[in-house]
Amino acid sequence: MVDSTMVLKGQTIAYTLYCIVIILLMIWFALRVTRGKSQLVKPAFFYTWVGILTVLGVSLHIITYNTIPWSPMDLNRKDYNPDKIFNIIVEDHKFILPAEKLVIDCNDIVLFDVTSNDLTYGFGLFRQDNSMLFQMQVIPGHRNDILWKFEKPGIYSIRSTEYSGPAGVFMIEKDVVEVVGCEPVSQQ
Amino acid sequence: MSFIKTLINGEQGLFKHDTLTPMQKLTLRFVVVGLIYYGFVVIEGMLMRIYEIEPVPFISQNQFFAIMTAHPLVGIFGSTYSIVCGAFLFLVPFLMKKPLWSFRLANWTFLLIAIGTFVFWAAGFVSHYAPLYTLYWPLPADFSQFNPVGGAVFILGIALVMLGTAFFIVNIFTTIVYTPEGWEKQPAGALLGSAIGYSGFRNLFRKNAERKEHLVSLPVAAIARGTVDMTFNTAVILFTGVLILVYMVGAILGFDLKETAVDALLYKNWFWWGLDLIADWLVLIFVAGAWYLLATMITGKPLFMQNIARAALLLELVVSWTVWSHHLLSDQAQPGLLKVLSGEFVTAFELITQGLAFFITLVTLWSARPLKMTNELKFLLGGLTGFALAVPAGIMQADVGLNRILHNTQWVVGPHVHVAVLVGLTMTLYSAVYILFPLLTNGAALYSQKLANIHFWCHLLGGIGMGAFMGMAGLQGMLRRSLYVNGEFNIYMILACICGALLLIAFLAFFINIVMSVGLQGVLGIFKRSDKDRKILLPQ
Repeated sequence: MVDSTMVLKGQTIAYTLYCIVIILLMIWFALRVTRGKSQLVKPAFFYTWVGILTVLGVSLHIITYNTIPWSPMDLNRKDYNPDKIFNIIVEDHKFILPAEKLVIDCNDIVLFDVTSNDLTYGFGLFRQDNSMLFQMQVIPGHRNDILWKFEKPGIYSIRSTEYSGPAGVFMIEKDVVEVVGCEPVSQQ
Repeated sequence: MSFIKTLINGEQGLFKHDTLTPMQKLTLRFVVVGLIYYGFVVIEGMLMRIYEIEPVPFISQNQFFAIMTAHPLVGIFGSTYSIVCGAFLFLVPFLMKKPLWSFRLANWTFLLIAIGTFVFWAAGFVSHYAPLYTLYWPLPADFSQFNPVGGAVFILGIALVMLGTAFFIVNIFTTIVYTPEGWEKQPAGALLGSAIGYSGFRNLFRKNAERKEHLVSLPVAAIARGTVDMTFNTAVILFTGVLILVYMVGAILGFDLKETAVDALLYKNWFWWGLDLIADWLVLIFVAGAWYLLATMITGKPLFMQNIARAALLLELVVSWTVWSHHLLSDQAQPGLLKVLSGEFVTAFELITQGLAFFITLVTLWSARPLKMTNELKFLLGGLTGFALAVPAGIMQADVGLNRILHNTQWVVGPHVHVAVLVGLTMTLYSAVYILFPLLTNGAALYSQKLANIHFWCHLLGGIGMGAFMGMAGLQGMLRRSLYVNGEFNIYMILACICGALLLIAFLAFFINIVMSVGLQGVLGIFKRSDKDRKILLPQ
């Protein structure tokens, strides 16, 4: 089951390996450029490089669209019927929730529909270890909705992920979302 | 020579400020002011780093966010704009072998950027105006949190900088196309076509024998292309500033103007369109142009695949105007088509255009082996490394799926923004400073190579390290523009702070080295009027 932890782990490994390779390459270049003889480089190398960059740039999005489960769901939200809808209002740097605790059944697809009555805010769900499950921006005067499928048990806090002035720095509703009814495995 | 004598007269007394032309002095003034503002930014950065670990009592929370608002703006406008504008106002006439169109206008650019930066910095310091550089509507007009008078002075400072920028734009384009007194009539249209990359693009579709000669050199073409984007971003920021100012003046006069009159999403689109253009012209196009210039100056050889490089500049025109939507991938009201086309796929082209510039520069250097590892070469390699690390980090976050878990985290500002600006852009600028230093000072000698080495290693390791630790915190969920008062991410923030200290050491090493090279008298002399002809770039 692919979740945000797994995606971030994959990203960390891929980017770290890339950084190591590029830093080693630059060290090698810096050492070699001060030695040896002038050498012409064939244009074929250049065109190959352009091809590699094009393939990398485009394939990243194709791969993520097909492997990250929330990508297609996010772009095609209207095609999904949510099992549960939570209408949330944000005003005066406070989240106004429909209930004291938002309880979600395992494997439910949930729609969070968040409305701002004044400023631009953010809306994010965070695990108890402060890592992020997902986030979106909350713009006044527009619909801000996100669909999420919960497949693991867990308790989450809601936190504004966008700066809305010094008054909004600690916009946190601690442990207000709970996913129940799953097999007891490690948190999502 | 004793330390005190060197401090006063400079290394071996070689720097004679009275031999400088007005253009040399003006360029050096830009650089001095840019470095002073860079010093502001480093100190502000360290204060914020310390506050992120443990909120210190002498900084209030409101002050912290005022610093966070001023920090990137002082860095970009006060420091980078100063150095870049100064360098290009010198280099365009230098490379085109013709006088700058207007020295007076260039002087106004210098004054407006220097004064404007101080005005908005001071307004933020005193009034704690803190909507951050993104100015998401209606936060800049939220007068329950911010004082409208302080905000109005802040916006006025930004407007002064933009006015200085507008003068720079006029000066650059007019210098490219005008005919100096006593010269044969210059082909203005053809010069402009060559400058913006049109002729290079046309050459791609001509046979070798039919290819037209370029009327301007490639670095001038890069400067001109970047200046096109600079024009648009200046217009967007000025327009937005006026809009915010209307609300502030209204509040000061007692009118409560409706904030809903401005659509927050439309506003975010146009403002990001303008802001992203800064990233394009400053961080991508000007940097590519600077790499090409530095590579040809270091090697004394022509650039590899020069015609492609020119055409890529025109391609970047299309990319830079249509790429802004990657900043709105987490805005659910933003149309999906814009997210995918502009946000993902056009943005991926930045990997290609910057990758081309990276490859062309490296191959040009390679073709001139063996090269001496000079300061300019090592800083250029540092700059190239910075972009090689930062651009893919940006491409990753410009993905619909990954953005959902990366947006507004420390990942965005660490491996992407700070590594791009601090390592990529700043090290490229330092390379330009080291290579132009003898030219601009009429042969002054560098005080200490050891200090230059400390500058290089501390800056490179500090910049990459800071970006890396911020990125690690971001991957663990740490938000940017937020505070964690229970030490949740302290291990990463302490390590990032140590790297920040390395950056401070690097800056001090560089600053001392430059002051000791030209001497205190020399530094003061730069600000004295030159009695030489303003039309002459360098002494005969």
